[in-house]
Amino acid sequence: MTAIDLGLPQLGGLAGVPTFDGKQTAKDYKTDQEVRWCPGCGDYAVLAAVQSFLPDLGLKRENIVFVSGIGCSSRFPYYMNTYGMHSIHGRAPAIATGLATSREDLSVWVVTGDGDALSIGGNHLIHALRRNVNLKILLFNNRIYGLTKGQYSPTSEEGKVTKSTPMGSLDHPFNPVSLALGAEASFVGRALDSDRKQLTEVLRAAAEHRGSALVEIYQNCPIFNDGAFDVLKEPGEREERIVPLRHGEPIRFGADGQHGVARDPKTGTLKVVEVAEVGEDNLVVHDATIEDPSYAFALSRLGNHNLDHTVTGVFRNVQRATYDDLARHQVEQAKAAKPANLGALLRGKDTWSVAAD
Amino acid sequence: MAEEKGTVEPMSIDVGRGTRTTDVRKVDRVVIRFAGDSGDGMQLTGDRFTSEAAAFGNDLATLPNFPAEIRAPQGTLPGVSSFQLHFADYDILTPGDRPDVLVAMNPAALKANIADLPAGGMLIVNTDEFTKRNLTKVGYASNPLEDESLSQYQVHQVAMASITRAALEPTGLSKKDAERAKNMFALGLLSWMYHRETEGTERFLREKFAKNEAIAEANILAFHTGWNYGETTESFAVTYEVAPAKLATGTYRQITGNTALAYGIVAAGQCAKLPVFLGTYPITPASDVLHELAKHKNFGVTTFQAEDEIAGIGAALGASFGGALGVTSTSGPGIALKSETIGLAVMTEMPLVVLDIQRGGPSTGLPTKTEQADLLQAMFGRNGEAPVPIIAPRSPADCFQAALEATRIALTYRTPVLLLSDGYIANGSEPWLIPNVEDLPDLSVQFATEPNATDGSGEFWPYLRDPETLARPWAVPGTPGLEHRIGGLEKADKTGNISYDPDNHDKMVRIRQAKIDGITVPDAEIDDPSGAARVLVLGWGSSYGPIGAACRRVRRLGMDVAHVHLRNLNPFPRNLGEVLKRYDKVVIPEMNLGQLAMLIRAKYLVDAVSYTKVAGLPFKAEELQDVLIDFVKGLDA
Repeated sequence: MTAIDLGLPQLGGLAGVPTFDGKQTAKDYKTDQEVRWCPGCGDYAVLAAVQSFLPDLGLKRENIVFVSGIGCSSRFPYYMNTYGMHSIHGRAPAIATGLATSREDLSVWVVTGDGDALSIGGNHLIHALRRNVNLKILLFNNRIYGLTKGQYSPTSEEGKVTKSTPMGSLDHPFNPVSLALGAEASFVGRALDSDRKQLTEVLRAAAEHRGSALVEIYQNCPIFNDGAFDVLKEPGEREERIVPLRHGEPIRFGADGQHGVARDPKTGTLKVVEVAEVGEDNLVVHDATIEDPSYAFALSRLGNHNLDHTVTGVFRNVQRATYDDLARHQVEQAKAAKPANLGALLRGKDTWSVAAD
Repeated sequence: MAEEKGTVEPMSIDVGRGTRTTDVRKVDRVVIRFAGDSGDGMQLTGDRFTSEAAAFGNDLATLPNFPAEIRAPQGTLPGVSSFQLHFADYDILTPGDRPDVLVAMNPAALKANIADLPAGGMLIVNTDEFTKRNLTKVGYASNPLEDESLSQYQVHQVAMASITRAALEPTGLSKKDAERAKNMFALGLLSWMYHRETEGTERFLREKFAKNEAIAEANILAFHTGWNYGETTESFAVTYEVAPAKLATGTYRQITGNTALAYGIVAAGQCAKLPVFLGTYPITPASDVLHELAKHKNFGVTTFQAEDEIAGIGAALGASFGGALGVTSTSGPGIALKSETIGLAVMTEMPLVVLDIQRGGPSTGLPTKTEQADLLQAMFGRNGEAPVPIIAPRSPADCFQAALEATRIALTYRTPVLLLSDGYIANGSEPWLIPNVEDLPDLSVQFATEPNATDGSGEFWPYLRDPETLARPWAVPGTPGLEHRIGGLEKADKTGNISYDPDNHDKMVRIRQAKIDGITVPDAEIDDPSGAARVLVLGWGSSYGPIGAACRRVRRLGMDVAHVHLRNLNPFPRNLGEVLKRYDKVVIPEMNLGQLAMLIRAKYLVDAVSYTKVAGLPFKAEELQDVLIDFVKGLDA
């Protein structure tokens, strides 16, 4: 899979980032800035989850950078006591690419939303994933434009009635996980804002992955799209809908684990089955490290926008050389092959001299 | 020379043989234009002749002119590519208005260029291409080589293709491949005519075709065949000598503007002791900056070919945030796409060097032609009050110093800087007095290392300013205790926290403006040899050559004219207003519709007169001379 084999040892996502010996707590990652999201916004839960999981990574706080675009979620860096940049609508992956490529010693995180990442910044997102830059991209998906007060987004379901679409939206939405897998992202995960435990697990796996990691976080907007993900949170409903992935385990869900995922022998794709009907041995055992992205893609297609079956967890986690490692390696190779000599460069090959009279 | 010829196979054409003496005429300057189909290798031919002129010690200036299409239909007017070279025994400023010698490889090249050849000029045509079909293709009703239409020129009809083909027959090369070497025949002929050495070209061809020795030797043979053709045929009675120029003492090389710009960026990184990060997207005529920088990774240069213009500058700004020298390169359409990020760099007050190699606009415009019409875009092309310093190099070689100057301002004042080159100087070349590395400026920067709050809180305030430069501290990630957040939202003075306070916004807008206004730039230098001029011609950027040459001509006619050429366009030199007021008339020639004139009139209330042309080609010294004479005489009347 790796196009260029550097013969380098396999690195973890945080290799090269200095570690902190002392004890850190969530409080260390909070700033003195007043958090200004609306009451009940799902962003609070994600912020809390990130602030409480970062100390576990044991990194020097000054070597962590959060870069965001524009939108409600993009205020995130202001509330993180790390380095941060609140940049331009859609451009955070590009800015973070330059930062991550020029600084091996940083853990670089991108915070973005469904509008920021998938509309105005769609191009940068797919190219960051394609290049496999060592970035952790947190995509807060609330299926609505919040900061501009409630227009439909590229993840809104078809027929969405909003201020800009009083007769219903016409666009077919993106499935962000499918999109990322189409760009051959080396790490793709999904979690709910309300499920701190799984969110933390996915974030930790993302942090430890070397390369681009896209984590889609379903996040409730209580003002403009309230309850969009309620069916995934209601007891009784959620067990029937959420399909949690655990690497190395058969994919099962339901209150009693009565449902599962198996291969459809006719089409070769995946489908939801009753365990009792097909037998436990015929369930798909989840393997996030399968090189071919079509397996993870099939997982992402199990449910549709109605959230009937919503797969969560880590879809894909494969090793592939990262753009930033390769770019730094080229510079080091060039330095080793030819020491910098500015005078020689400026003189070039063909010179002539004019002598004093 | 004679030894060189000895290695050449006898030509199979019937020409007078034996050594013959031609008159040698000494001239102080010559302009040669090679013109042919875009597949004829005219740029290569011109480049080679230029290198020989440079190696010989002539001063020189070049003007490549080629279509935007990679291969326009063969033999058509849109497919004509030309390369003009001016070389002289004194310091010259332009590639010349009109050629003394026009080499036309086909009817299209003749038709597209003949109007520029003055009466009495030398025309060398490749007759093989003057077929009925080719003539019809470009609208010649009759063959101009056979009617009287070229009678005012010294016409030399040479069957370049067939002679080359015949000469190369022993090599076993196909007819088609052999004919392709006809540009080397033309180069050989011109090299003979101007007493140029042949070794350099031979060495060059052997290197260029190192992987195919047969092709290398065939091209060398074609080159010698052209040389011998001049030596042995009776048709050229005179050869010319252009002595080396008496330039300032030192070591020189030939350089194009884009190469000089790339070297300037490499040098800037070294002088600043910072890694260079170029984030960019290919665009004509700026791509050669990327190509050149990509070769010099050993200087700690990272080149990132992004998915688009926006990502290119975004990545460069990200690298700047991390403590690198962030650079992006583009042309006008790319600047339009990058403007939001330039605005973010203004707001976040981070160093960033933005290279705009201007081309004809608007929109896609004329990608391969030159223009100076991005000045107002550079000055104002962003939302809000977003001042940005602007630097414009005046010549190919000056691009090196301009890159250093742009970097100095970006690093000292923590600001994006726009550098406005253009297609003319980007692709044109001239001798460059190579600077000593020890003489280059120290651009080293001090990153913030300590909290700086003045209220005893022990905090770090990212928007507390240096009282001299008004620059804010550059605190890079990885520095403990200085964790901070920046972004595009308005910042509170000093602390850098988000602020919507009306008075704070007013203050910050004014501070950002004051920071740019306060940048130290060199005073404007006045070129007014007699000190008696009443007319001042004010220019900027690449028009330095034509304006300077026009001023020389006007002065030679006994009239006085002063010339000021701006390299710093924002802020203007401190003394500019006072200088402008010394003259009765200020004339501003520009390759746009009067953009500098608008700025000058607005800022200094001077009744400056605009002289403009937007033809995709640089001004000719002759036309500017006429314009200036009119103004001088007008005042005297």
